[in-house]
Amino acid sequence: MQKESNIESIAVIGGRGRDGAPEPLASIELKMGDVVSIVGPTGSGKTAFINDIELLADANTPSRRRVLINGRPASDFSGSNSKHPIALITQHTNFLSDLPVHRFLRMHADIRQSDKGESVVQETLDFANQLTGEPIIETIGMTELSGGQTRALLLADAVVIGNSPIILLDEIENAGIHRTKALELLHGFQKIFVFVTHDPRIALLSDRRVVMKNGAMQKVICVEADERRAAQEIKKLDDLILELRAIIRNGDRVGAALLEERLHAIGYQNGVKP
Amino acid sequence: MKVAIVAGPPTSGKTTVIRQVIRRLKESGTRTAYLKIDVQYADEDETIRAEFGIPTKKVYSGDLCPDHCNVIVLGDALEWAQKAGAEVLFVETAGLCLRCSPYINNAVGIVVLEATSGMNLPRKIGPMLSLADIAVVTKIDLISQAEREVFRANIMAAAKADIVETDALHGINTDRIARWVAQSADVGGELLLRGSPPVGTCTICVGKKEIGKEAHFGVLRTLDSDLFYRGE
Ligand SMILES: Nc1ncnc2c1ncn2[C@@H]1O[C@H](COP(=O)(O)OP(=O)(O)OP(=O)(O)O)[C@@H](O)[C@H]1O
Ligand SMILES: Nc1nc2c(ncn2[C@@H]2O[C@H](COP(=O)(O)OP(=O)(O)O)[C@@H](O)[C@H]2O)c(=O)[nH]1
Ligand SMILES: [Mg+2]
Ligand SMILES: [Mg+2]
Ligand SMILES: [Zn+2]
Repeated sequence: MQKESNIESIAVIGGRGRDGAPEPLASIELKMGDVVSIVGPTGSGKTAFINDIELLADANTPSRRRVLINGRPASDFSGSNSKHPIALITQHTNFLSDLPVHRFLRMHADIRQSDKGESVVQETLDFANQLTGEPIIETIGMTELSGGQTRALLLADAVVIGNSPIILLDEIENAGIHRTKALELLHGFQKIFVFVTHDPRIALLSDRRVVMKNGAMQKVICVEADERRAAQEIKKLDDLILELRAIIRNGDRVGAALLEERLHAIGYQNGVKP
Repeated sequence: MKVAIVAGPPTSGKTTVIRQVIRRLKESGTRTAYLKIDVQYADEDETIRAEFGIPTKKVYSGDLCPDHCNVIVLGDALEWAQKAGAEVLFVETAGLCLRCSPYINNAVGIVVLEATSGMNLPRKIGPMLSLADIAVVTKIDLISQAEREVFRANIMAAAKADIVETDALHGINTDRIARWVAQSADVGGELLLRGSPPVGTCTICVGKKEIGKEAHFGVLRTLDSDLFYRGE
């Protein structure tokens, strides 16, 4: 706990893209409190980028990137049996334990923060329940949680109990958790969050986004006021899509009239905003 | 010559980890060799030879405990690897016998455990873990941060080993293993097993099939008693 809480920033020093050419973006620095998205086409190297961070790469991965912590080589921080300062939630990450939710979280809490076990467990459950449709029942097995509940609890556990200063998330949008709420909550923590995402809502609710192409960092885009306003509209459209999804899930029909009516309700006529 | 003995349950990722480490050593110009000890089937010797062009070999332990087989063949294996010009010999062993451990003095002892095998595994595998220098935890890409940390805490309770957590498919953190092996001492002098082998000779091992303690002698036990000895 001592060392990791001293982390103030991490920097990724660019290496080379898949074609061997130097990365157009020479480096990027992430500070505590930053929420950053990584965007780019399929196969552009987004996952490889966060793997480099997880690995605290030191010119020893195919990209030859280097990761600095507080401006110094990260190898100073990856000591043997001390806790790794980074939590990575991949698309395959899952809970495998069949212990009941409460017992499992308590076990993790006792290992991480022995002094305040019960209160961090409750905090974790509250956090996760703000992201899910159906609240998590504490007495069911971890493996009985739904996909969305699992993602929500993975995130909540890494943030609250694990208390990792750097959290990397690979395409969590597919899990159906409340993304706006998640971003809002995460902005309240003094941590570094990196989202690999194809989701405009997540990208525009981040502070910045790194654009990837052909295995290389291309540029950083800071989200500005205009994009924030656009994000509000995208949220409405996205919620509409979710609503349509719910209608279809319920076994009902989605007709042109219904779509027209819903668009109208959020201020659009004939597909455009007057 | 340096020797790394890599043990662990089947499918825990031993071969995947060894390949990552061989790749790194090869990049730095170190000559390696690979020996696989398995009970009845293995093809890693062929795939590793094809991938890296290094000398490889396999032995089947058959009716022998693979750890015991290791004790018997390792002398020859060192000679073979030395003649083949290797600077580091990797021995991959099935590690099926949870009472024994294959590690020897001077050689680096590496146990490979998969994080997906359940959080209590470190409590169940005895000397294979407790006598290892490095405990490599694979498949961390598949489990939660929470389980990863509980798994780590359980290893630390059972062993003093250095812990390396890895997504071995992506070679995450395997640099540390390569560095450890490269900096280890050369094996030499009298080679000795690190652990004490388990007690006694087992009548089942020598072919007696009858069920029940009455039919057997040597070190025995009942369902409720501790170990006792019957016989000469
Ligand atoms: N700089 C690089 N040099 C060499 N190989 C690279 C580089 N960046 C990425 N790769 C390789 O390219 C492949 C695709 O990259 P990656 O999986 O990171 O894509 P992605 O953007 O996450 O795609 P998706 O959106 O489909 O998840 C991987 O095998 C990765 O190891
Ligand atoms: N996801 C994931 N799979 C792994 C990892 N390590 C090994 N594997 C896979 O697990 C399987 C067994 O690995 P192998 O190295 O053959 O295990 P061994 O029997 O111990 O030698 C293979 O399909 C590997 O690709 C890892 O860290 N993550
Ligand atoms: Mg990806
Ligand atoms: Mg193998
Ligand atoms: Zn044995």
